[in-house]
Amino acid sequence: MSIRRLFHFEFAMSNPASSVAPALELSGIHKAFTGVQALTDVGLRLYPGEVHTLMGQNGAGKSTLIKVLTGVYPPDRGSMLLHGRAIAPGSTQQAQELGISTVYQEVNLCPNLSVAENIFIGRYPRKWRGIGPIDWQRMQVQAAQLLARLDLHIDVQRPLSVYPLAVQQMVAISRALSVSARVLILDEPTSSLDEAEVQLLFTVLRKLRDEGMAILFVTHFLEQTYAISDRITVLRNGVREGEYAASALSRLELVNKMVGAAASQDAAVSAPLPNEQMASGALFLQARGLGRKGALAPQDFDLRSGEVFGLCGLLGSGRTETARLLFGADKADSGTISIRGKVQRLNNPRDAIHAGIGFCSEDRKKEGAILELSVRDNIILALQARSGLLHVIPRKRQRQIAADYVKWLGIKTADIETPIGLLSGGNQQKALLARWLATTPAMLILDEPTRGIDVRAKQEIMDYVVGLCRQGLAIVFISSEIAEVLRCSDRMLVLRDRQGGGQYRRGELDESSVLQVIAGETA
Amino acid sequence: MSASMNSKLFAGQDERAPARRWQQLLQHPLLRPVAALAVLLLIDLFLIPGFFRIELKDGHLYGSVIDIFNRAAPLMLAALGMTLVIATRGIDISVGAVVAIAGTVAAMLIGGTVVMHNGVPEYASNMPMGWALAAALGAALLCGVWNGLLVAGLGLQPIIATLILMVAGRGLAQLLTDGQIITVYYQPFFFLGGGYLLGLPFSLFIVAAMFVLLAVLMRKTALGLFIQAVGINPVAARLAGIRTAALILFVYVFCSLCAGMAGLMISSNIKSADANNAGLLLELDAILAVTLGGTSLAGGKFSLVGSVVGALIIQALTYTIYSLGVPPEVNMVVKSVVVFLVCLSQSPEFRRLSSSLVKS
Repeated sequence: MSIRRLFHFEFAMSNPASSVAPALELSGIHKAFTGVQALTDVGLRLYPGEVHTLMGQNGAGKSTLIKVLTGVYPPDRGSMLLHGRAIAPGSTQQAQELGISTVYQEVNLCPNLSVAENIFIGRYPRKWRGIGPIDWQRMQVQAAQLLARLDLHIDVQRPLSVYPLAVQQMVAISRALSVSARVLILDEPTSSLDEAEVQLLFTVLRKLRDEGMAILFVTHFLEQTYAISDRITVLRNGVREGEYAASALSRLELVNKMVGAAASQDAAVSAPLPNEQMASGALFLQARGLGRKGALAPQDFDLRSGEVFGLCGLLGSGRTETARLLFGADKADSGTISIRGKVQRLNNPRDAIHAGIGFCSEDRKKEGAILELSVRDNIILALQARSGLLHVIPRKRQRQIAADYVKWLGIKTADIETPIGLLSGGNQQKALLARWLATTPAMLILDEPTRGIDVRAKQEIMDYVVGLCRQGLAIVFISSEIAEVLRCSDRMLVLRDRQGGGQYRRGELDESSVLQVIAGETA
Repeated sequence: MSASMNSKLFAGQDERAPARRWQQLLQHPLLRPVAALAVLLLIDLFLIPGFFRIELKDGHLYGSVIDIFNRAAPLMLAALGMTLVIATRGIDISVGAVVAIAGTVAAMLIGGTVVMHNGVPEYASNMPMGWALAAALGAALLCGVWNGLLVAGLGLQPIIATLILMVAGRGLAQLLTDGQIITVYYQPFFFLGGGYLLGLPFSLFIVAAMFVLLAVLMRKTALGLFIQAVGINPVAARLAGIRTAALILFVYVFCSLCAGMAGLMISSNIKSADANNAGLLLELDAILAVTLGGTSLAGGKFSLVGSVVGALIIQALTYTIYSLGVPPEVNMVVKSVVVFLVCLSQSPEFRRLSSSLVKS
């Protein structure tokens, strides 16, 4: 950390009332989408001359906050001050005119146009005081000057596509700077960059920061956060966990804040199962050496009736991959699965369904709901598919089944004939749960069943599922909320980079030891 | 508040029920195609004298309306098959080629000569007609299996997969016939496309049978639900346990069978097999009929009745244009303008635009 940075940082933090006012100050921002509260009373202070990192898990509200900031969504409530003046951008263009520029993860430039054209696209300098033909020469000179400000000396006449992604990223930043930005937002700019390119980008960011630019940086990489940030704001479930000086927040603390430490707000969700229950459960499924190249290294585990088996790990650690192998959605290329003691091949979801397995996918829209079909059709779909094409479930029975589950799960819908796409996320999720419950499964895989739905629906779903488990259903539970997995699971398998990180019984791990296992430090 | 709650509880006594029913009717997906057909027939009523007159001659019904139905029969068949394919988010542009193949196979196997038997001319076929028809439909079935395997098995884009057969199929038919028109001399074969039963064209009975078969399949099996599910969200449908690949194979086979039957009808009607022209561009008319009937090319919800109405719109339009003495050169343009208007009326974007124009 340079002296100047340190000084500046101390100055800003210790003397918020001093002459250094925040470039951008958000307070009390609320935003809800059809029943889901995406942001609750979120505040953010961004000072000139700092790199401020916004962190949070998927669904924490990072992108919603950025979109509010850049005028994509209007906030329901709350105020935004830019250099002390209230603003309410109605579009990204307006935000840009105000001086808030955004560079997105996917470089949204035109690869076949020249670098200079990309920087000035839509605002080409013209001859004769702006009414004549495009002044190509001036454009090139100005583009070169802008890039030189970032210590980037490239031929601005060549098409953008000949340059590596990091340079393209830099061109996008130049473009943002050319509209005299005072606030620069970088939304996961490093996702597709390699290490050297990241360093190049960071050099540029540091330079801009030292020139007094206020930079808001969104990422989910811990290393990069600490490499570049002065301060960090952590969001969790749409609420601001806090604003911290990067130097005063340890990595473990940061991860804790992101995933929600012991004092998580929905601690009430689902009580632990009694321990004796799991001893009495009969063995339902046995996986031996189950694996698939590039998805999951061979694993051994047992699933018992009346028991919740948690799969824990970061996104891409092999959680969903394990679920898909168990459901036959992907074919395993090693190992065996035996169900009730008999070895079975699960080549496709049909095989798994016939073996008594149900699977609520993490991707409700892509892999779950058939949006234009009615709630009734969606609920009976798996049952009908299992009964077969020719054995149609009578209409009356279909209505009965759908109406029953709508009542039991408290699905809020005008009618069972309403297209499921018109329901809120939580109610869609409940209807999909009903789809699998209608098949009276012996085992149910729930992959992030509570993602993106409000706390109330979350609790209702988990209560119902745990209730079913007590009646003898085997459950595989996946969630990126480690606290949720710990609370619900009788046993859990921790996964790390598609490898097994060990199996644990209830009580053997707490949140910090799970994090240690995930981080690769032995618990 | 409580009054409205009460009216909900006693739905039968809801005084707004008729209004709601009226609104439901206005929003019915079949309203637009049926209205379009009605407008077309209304124009015919005024411009073509005796349009709705139906006469009984030799126990056969004759008249413009009967004629439209009769001539639309192959298109209706093709459109029925196409509806299922489109509902799965697919498309089959090989329909015309399958028509040519089926017609050619039937014509070659039947062939036929006039034999004098004790001074009485009698028709003799090369092969029993039943076998010939079965072979023709078998060829169509193989075409469907080919299409279905390319789409469901290899995951090719439907338009590309069926483009292969569109080009190769007609070529194959031309190879079989040496590029010649094969004339059939066998009276019983002509019944298929030109015969009458109970005073009505026999072809209409084939269409009706196919329609009833489909309607029963939709009602008594889960086929309709599965097709819609696969059309709207194939990934979710597979995860719900539907055999998506088998279903997709089925719809392409079914579509080809419909095309094959249409091919038999056409070649029976013209008493020959013309590999070069039979069913040429029929696939496009079939796709148009399905679209006019309100089924979205994006897959999902579909309407069999709509597709039949769509086929009738196309045929009625052709008939009207010919009857009005419009020069054939103008025919295509007029047709496309009408189709454009009907499609425009179905575009939600256009509806929004026009309603906002009306308001302002």
